[in-house]
Amino acid sequence: MNAIDFILAGMLGAATPFLLAALGELVAERAGVLNLGVEGLMAFGAVLAFIIVYHGGGHFLGFVAAGLGSAVLSLVFAVVALGFRANQVATGLAIGILGQGLSALFGKTYESLTVKGLPKLAFPWLSEIPVLGSLFIQDIVVWLSLAATLALWGMFAYTKTGLVVRAVGENPKAAHAIGYSVTSVRVFAIAFGGAMAGFAGAYAAVVYTPLWADGMIAGRGWIAIALVVFGTWLTGRIFLGACLFGAVSLMGLAAQATGLDVPSQLLSSLPYLVTIIVLGIISADRRLLKLNGVASLGEPFER
Amino acid sequence: MSVLPAAFLPTLVRRERASLAATLLAPPIALAVATILNLGLYVLLGRDPIAVVHAMLLEPFLSWTSFSEVLLKAAPLLLIAQGLAIGFRAKVFNIGAEGQFILGAIFASAIPVWFPQATGQWIWPLMLLLGALGGGLWASLTAFWRVRLNANEILVSLMLSLVAAQLLNYLLLGPWKDPNGFNFPQSVMFQYDAMVPILISGTRVNVSLLLTLAFSAAAWVFMQKSFTGYKLQVGGLAPRAAGYAGFNEGWAIWLSLLIGGFAAGLAGAAEVAGPLGQLQRSISTGYGYAAIIVAYLGGLHPLGIVFSALLMAVLYIGGDNAMVSANLPIAAVRVFQGSLLLAYLIAVAFVRHRLEWPRAAVRSQS
Repeated sequence: MNAIDFILAGMLGAATPFLLAALGELVAERAGVLNLGVEGLMAFGAVLAFIIVYHGGGHFLGFVAAGLGSAVLSLVFAVVALGFRANQVATGLAIGILGQGLSALFGKTYESLTVKGLPKLAFPWLSEIPVLGSLFIQDIVVWLSLAATLALWGMFAYTKTGLVVRAVGENPKAAHAIGYSVTSVRVFAIAFGGAMAGFAGAYAAVVYTPLWADGMIAGRGWIAIALVVFGTWLTGRIFLGACLFGAVSLMGLAAQATGLDVPSQLLSSLPYLVTIIVLGIISADRRLLKLNGVASLGEPFER
Repeated sequence: MSVLPAAFLPTLVRRERASLAATLLAPPIALAVATILNLGLYVLLGRDPIAVVHAMLLEPFLSWTSFSEVLLKAAPLLLIAQGLAIGFRAKVFNIGAEGQFILGAIFASAIPVWFPQATGQWIWPLMLLLGALGGGLWASLTAFWRVRLNANEILVSLMLSLVAAQLLNYLLLGPWKDPNGFNFPQSVMFQYDAMVPILISGTRVNVSLLLTLAFSAAAWVFMQKSFTGYKLQVGGLAPRAAGYAGFNEGWAIWLSLLIGGFAAGLAGAAEVAGPLGQLQRSISTGYGYAAIIVAYLGGLHPLGIVFSALLMAVLYIGGDNAMVSANLPIAAVRVFQGSLLLAYLIAVAFVRHRLEWPRAAVRSQS
């Protein structure tokens, strides 16, 4: 298997934790909420899923527990940031620290243990295409994530729900005036974001690298938040960004496999460096951010 | 439309003026609430809560030795938090103090690693200076990205922290590894003159505690008395007003980040030239992140931060005690830190708001 095959086959899997978490954060941000706790929410979901799968509960139950657990933790964020109108940056950081702490606490006795991943499913016909075919042999969660991407894109483009979420983020006062409950929409958006972060963490812990290690999320939650900016709050671009990061995180492994003489620490920090560089390039276009950004992002709503 | 039975829930109503009582009571109430919640968690984990409280919150005060360790831990937290709070008040969210701390430690270590034979009283002050420069330099990357490229400083500074951790690993596993260190990822032990002098004999508390207190006093003068500090605060509270008044936003961001980076770098240098005496992988046990909590818990006020830094140091030392005597995993300290900040953010809502119960609301309207 050469490096290109390796990256093609693994890219979507590597992209999935980024994608799921970023889609969740997209919905929260579209509703005007900046939740910086994604890293901790992912870590919390990851440990719940790992514990359940390790004890024979199965992957389905693991993902359900991760989604529910992280959604509940994100509701704590909702209570503090919306109910008590606290600073969203500080609240998100607190949830992040709490989630990572709980993850380390619960995962302590599982350190370095492994579970079985999920089998790959080949997409009929497409998987037989030469060269590109390996792109279409993926596990079920990858296929579901792609479906979720399409569904979210459709929701924002065509449905009233999508419009309401966007209205609440763009102009909460107007949305409130025409009878929508800004707080309720934001609570649902936060819980959705939490659940997606939980799924993302679960995928990282029981499918992508089915081995428990403290700190295994390794900044992926933060990159997911950056992805929402890269994608300028658009579902399709966020998907492309997630694929880019999937490929970048594999490039390190591919380079090591080919025996390239580069310090492994440089390869490990590649995703972070790429984040910094892309963030600089995209943000420098101030018009683009202003045009696509969410007007009330991070601001508490008061009637 | 609402999912909640809004008619039965109290609402937050803005106060005419901020409540001083709530300002002063918020941190102790948050501490009490977080303590109770975490005790519940320890019971669930099957630990003896009394033993944990004793080890965590009392033992640090019970002997001079352990209290001196609290002072030792408090110094870096205090220094970093003072720097961060200045930025936070200007609404510049530098959350990458961890990376700036690491760069400070690396810059300071350059002298004893490259010149292990050097002697002279000038070595440790130069190391501290280099450390502060290193931290400032690392923070200036974030400032450049934010001011010139309009990039979000939260994400850039955090990413740079992750890069800094890898850079530290690279140095310790590669060029800076102690050749006689049995392959451990650590540098050579520093020579005597590369160590900050001990302040209180019989303890590990060193002169950097004085520097930290001096920095705190300077932060107080800067934020409460100087026009520059006033401009920064206006920029944070009312960015538009600051713009009309001609206060330059880019300049405020540069200044905030440089002060934060400088302080964190100095703390990193003082850590390797102080209690550690060498560059190691575990130079920071999350000081950069804990300092964010310290800054908020101290109300972003230089005086409040002195108390919150001491409290956080007690949690660190107490957490170590509880790990040994009550078999509590060290991760419990992070859980405590996170819940403490959440409890504080709730408590502090009552500084500017008061609760109004539905019935009272009806009465006040009629």
